Amino acid sequence: MTTNRFTGTDTYIATDDLMTAVNAAVTVGRPLLIKGEPGTGKTLLATEIANSLNKNIFEWHIKSTTKARQGLYEYDAVSRLRDSQLGDERVNEIDNYIIHGKLWEAFEADEQAVLLIDEIDKADIEFPNDLLQELDRMEFFVYETRQLVKAKHRPIVIITSNNEKELPDAFLRRCFFHYIRFPDHETMEKIVNVHFPDIKKRLLSEALESFFDLREIPGLKKKPSTSELLDWIKLLLAEDMSAEDLREENSRKVFPKLYGALLKNEQDVHLFEKLIFMNRGASN
Amino acid sequence: MFIDLFYKLRQGGLPVSITEYLSLLGALDKHVANIDIDEFYYLARASLVKDESLFDRFDRIFGAHFEGLESIVDSVIGDIPEEWLHMQNMLNLSEEEKKQIEAMGGWEKLMETLRERLQEQKERHQGGSKMIGTGGTSPFGAYGYNPEGIRIGQNESRHRRAVKVWDKREYRNLDDSVELGTRNIKLALRNLRKFAREGATDELDMENTITHTARNAGLLDIHMVPERHNAVKILLFLDAGGSMDDHVRICEELFSATHTEFKHLEYFYFHNCVYDKVWKDNRRRHNETIPLVQVMHKYGHDHKLIFVGDASMSPYEIMMPGGAVEHWNEEAGADWMTRLLATYPSSIWLNPVPVQHWQYTASISIIRELMSERMFPLTVDGITRGIESLKSPHYH
Repeated sequence: MTTNRFTGTDTYIATDDLMTAVNAAVTVGRPLLIKGEPGTGKTLLATEIANSLNKNIFEWHIKSTTKARQGLYEYDAVSRLRDSQLGDERVNEIDNYIIHGKLWEAFEADEQAVLLIDEIDKADIEFPNDLLQELDRMEFFVYETRQLVKAKHRPIVIITSNNEKELPDAFLRRCFFHYIRFPDHETMEKIVNVHFPDIKKRLLSEALESFFDLREIPGLKKKPSTSELLDWIKLLLAEDMSAEDLREENSRKVFPKLYGALLKNEQDVHLFEKLIFMNRGASN
Repeated sequence: MFIDLFYKLRQGGLPVSITEYLSLLGALDKHVANIDIDEFYYLARASLVKDESLFDRFDRIFGAHFEGLESIVDSVIGDIPEEWLHMQNMLNLSEEEKKQIEAMGGWEKLMETLRERLQEQKERHQGGSKMIGTGGTSPFGAYGYNPEGIRIGQNESRHRRAVKVWDKREYRNLDDSVELGTRNIKLALRNLRKFAREGATDELDMENTITHTARNAGLLDIHMVPERHNAVKILLFLDAGGSMDDHVRICEELFSATHTEFKHLEYFYFHNCVYDKVWKDNRRRHNETIPLVQVMHKYGHDHKLIFVGDASMSPYEIMMPGGAVEHWNEEAGADWMTRLLATYPSSIWLNPVPVQHWQYTASISIIRELMSERMFPLTVDGITRGIESLKSPHYH
């Protein structure tokens, strides 16, 4: 059992509460629902769990048009009709026209796999309800072939949501839940170090300070997130900026040129410029 | 094992179920967390709480449970009301007595007198007929009766005639999770369906395929159509707070039903009458408002407009600039109503007040006139008739 514990990976810093939630879901065999600000590594988590526990991953990305049934299987009647016209031999076997969905693939895997259901809130309101039985019992019935598909090993199910729609209670009751909080200064330092091990300490602290200051600005439409910070630091390193350059850039009170990686909304950029302008007015 | 905690969480208003409790026990049984209280806390939270906005409440109850401080549970739920201006006695006047109390002249006079009284008065006041306080017959204060009274700090408006609400109350958003009894309403709303096939072709068009295959001398000719869905677009304007308190239940039912029935549904809240701005979240109604003009520009003329409100207010609030109870409105509510109705020719007003009482409230008659009589009672029958009327646009 101890071998099966998730403790974060070389490239992913997991907080204690996240580890407990993941381990609970893995051990009890219930889905884990992950929510959190965009860019805090919700989707990445599933891949990292798979890596760390040495398991295959099946990713099912949900769109507004996705139907629950597509995760199980689809019956391609049109191809079969066409084949019947052409006199293809395959036509006699329904199995040839059943396309397996991600859930089926995960159920059929020879060893326990990780199944990611990404952004479940994008789909129709009824979507989670349609998957209740399948996720609970880890089995479903194929009407066309009268066959019961049952998971050989209960997959580790990770579900992410961006809170665009509320999920039904019946669904929530069957999940473990974890909300990825925005990392604090200390955790963030660890995260950046994992991604850029060679970064100079002074540049890092300078960059983090600007970053958290930026997040503090009231009224930002979209606060920069972890993934944006990482992009920005990548840019800083590519431009070969030093801590002094960054500080000078900030103190000159112009719109720093690389901030485009952090602010993605013209209203936010505008707001930021206004603030700089006001600051300049105050200091002069 | 943790039954106590479980019940305390339920008492504290967290929707924990037995399934979740059992899965917590299951996880404990398998030694997911047995090392320290922190891990147990994380595990309990992951299995029992499914909404990050409830984390805070969970933390407090969890903390109280493990330190034996049960008192905190109460303070989570109830808040202590202010002593001043709080209800101490009820003043129940008969109709005759009500008539005896006369109104104090016009609107301006009323505001002016209030300003004077506020300056005059320093202490809590109760009873009597002049000062601001509770249970009296002065036009200022709560729980009293005067036809032109100004309401200050009370739980709900009792006589529904208050001209100004001075307490910045926390209004609840309508809860769309109410399912009970919405079936009838849903069935009534179903009449408004207008099916259309739009977007990507992803469904097999059986009829067309058969015809074309037959024409093709038996060679298969597949035809696809987009999926059918309800294309009706609805704008819902809901009156929130004040005199609507009595009708919250039925409004929640309606809201819940419309939410699931229509794909294109936008809702906005207003208070008593529509003015230059509306809002989407009652808790942040004072900071996050949307200009009505923006609504009218954003949503096309083909939207159908449904107001839900009791239309019971002081006529000033409709007819006069500056009549609004919560802010200074440059233009009268009637002007904004007219503008909205011109933008959306298909519109109705659903009123939770029983029809037989409509004629006794002046403001209902005014709104009815503005709506060109398209006001219907908020009953299943009323909704059915309203929906019927929505189908045909009405041009001024």
